[in-house]
Amino acid sequence: MITLAHYIVLGAVLFCIAVAGVFINRKNLIVLLMAIELMLLAVNMNFVAFSRYLGDAAGQVFVFFILTVAAAESAIGLAILVVLFRNRATINVGEMDELKG
Amino acid sequence: MNFNLHDLIVLAPEDFLLGATCAILFIDLFLKQSQRAVTHWLSIAALLGTLGLVLADHDPARLAFNGAYIHDTVAAVLKVFILGIVAMVFVFVRRYLAERKLFVGEFYTLTLFSTLGMLLLVSAGNLVMVYLGLELFALSSYALVAIHRDSGVASEAAMKYFVLGALASGLLLYGLSMIYGATGTLDLAQIRQVGGVGVNGLAQHPTLLAFGLVFVVVGVAFKFGAAPFHMWLPDVYEGSPTAVTIFIGSAPKLAAFGMAYRLLDSGLGSLAPHWSQMLAALAALSLIIGNLVAIAQTNIKRMLAYSTISHMGFLLLGLLNATPSGYAAAMFYAICYAFMTTAAFGVILLLSRAGFEAEMIDDFKGLNQRNPWYAFVMLLAMFSLAGVPPLWGFFAKLLVLKAAIDAGFLWLAMIAIGMAIVGCFYYLRVVKAMYFDAPADKSALVLPQDLPLRWLLSINGFALIALGVLWGPLIGWCYRAFGL
Repeated sequence: MITLAHYIVLGAVLFCIAVAGVFINRKNLIVLLMAIELMLLAVNMNFVAFSRYLGDAAGQVFVFFILTVAAAESAIGLAILVVLFRNRATINVGEMDELKG
Repeated sequence: MNFNLHDLIVLAPEDFLLGATCAILFIDLFLKQSQRAVTHWLSIAALLGTLGLVLADHDPARLAFNGAYIHDTVAAVLKVFILGIVAMVFVFVRRYLAERKLFVGEFYTLTLFSTLGMLLLVSAGNLVMVYLGLELFALSSYALVAIHRDSGVASEAAMKYFVLGALASGLLLYGLSMIYGATGTLDLAQIRQVGGVGVNGLAQHPTLLAFGLVFVVVGVAFKFGAAPFHMWLPDVYEGSPTAVTIFIGSAPKLAAFGMAYRLLDSGLGSLAPHWSQMLAALAALSLIIGNLVAIAQTNIKRMLAYSTISHMGFLLLGLLNATPSGYAAAMFYAICYAFMTTAAFGVILLLSRAGFEAEMIDDFKGLNQRNPWYAFVMLLAMFSLAGVPPLWGFFAKLLVLKAAIDAGFLWLAMIAIGMAIVGCFYYLRVVKAMYFDAPADKSALVLPQDLPLRWLLSINGFALIALGVLWGPLIGWCYRAFGL
């Protein structure tokens, strides 16, 4: 029997992997964008699980909005990435250090 | 759930701005570069038209789209100032953009869409609306930071802004999903009713709601730029073109206040004792980190970024009071802060010319000998940011400090006062450079032939004194917004 708690724990695990991906990753900006996507998917998992448990469709509607915005977000993220690569010829997170202080 | 076309009338300002922005986007396609001024003036007209629609609406507070959109005085006051400030920013940045080949339609349409997002955010009555308003604002501003495509620093700043902004949205959303799970509704008013009482769903588990609250507070702190979630702010301020910095530094603070008010008071008001403790910790850290690190800066844009962090600490002092008078003080502070920022960045924009960014404090050396009037405007902005009476910034600080003491956070008010004194040091350093240091270039400053910028900047500087004396009507308006 898979209960609500299982889904919430799965969501939490996915979310932690995503946050770890953002903070631990020192190599590649594309991995960072993937981690951000994963974070939004973890949230979607939560919303769907709660929505099903509560018998309320509003949560699932929210998921559609999140999916749409996530698509727009990654489009903008990749566009910035392309501009950055043209200027710097690198997407290494560790080399993003011109601005500091 | 039913869709009622009459609801669209309640949203008249947003409808108008959306229509006008799409029209400008379309018209701009058919303009030659020499006719770009048309886009400029149309954008300002769109903002002023929207402002007129907000002001013309005297109807009492009401809801639209099943409570997803709240039309009330809080939203109206915030919208008036957001629209006014963005219009002012457009006037300020025109010459700067033209000299850098950035005078393009994209700047205007992205800023207008971002403004539309802010308007929706401050009127949000539903978690979905909070998220959509926030993302419309944030996605447009990520692109704005990267608008200077050939600048390595600008694209690095945009990437940092994007990653940390998306992380903040993710944290906020995770919190929202917890709140939804605990209360079983997305509507802020219903969330407040259900609160932690346990009427419905999983609210018997207050842990879930508390978890949600923590994530929401972190998300809000990210958007404010409050320490320890301030990492993006200095890089974005320094890296983006000054024309974009002046926008990101001013109006979005009002929108962030609106978001915090909607989420924390309209939605999670029943948990106020919990979140005001969290905001107190954030405020203390922001005040200390912002003011201490600002001392070490030589780049004035970066210095103003750290000063923003400390000012967000002051704003939180009003918010953590969690009563209408505290919110009014925080709103007054946000409005005041936005005008002080536009004045300070306005002078930076005025001094910049093609091939020269006046972004180091050393660039301000001897400004008084070269041009006494704009040195005086900068002096007013710096004194007002530092909180010297009788300028506007002093009364704003006074009100938030009073709100913090009324809420029983005497220790926090004492930290705030101590840090305000530390803050005086770096604001006065700019004043010292302008008035007491010898200029590197002794010739009189060649002022640009941009009369709208010069006049509006002078008025902005004058407003910092005028509202320091005649602050009654404005604070009265803020109090009325919260029903006092």
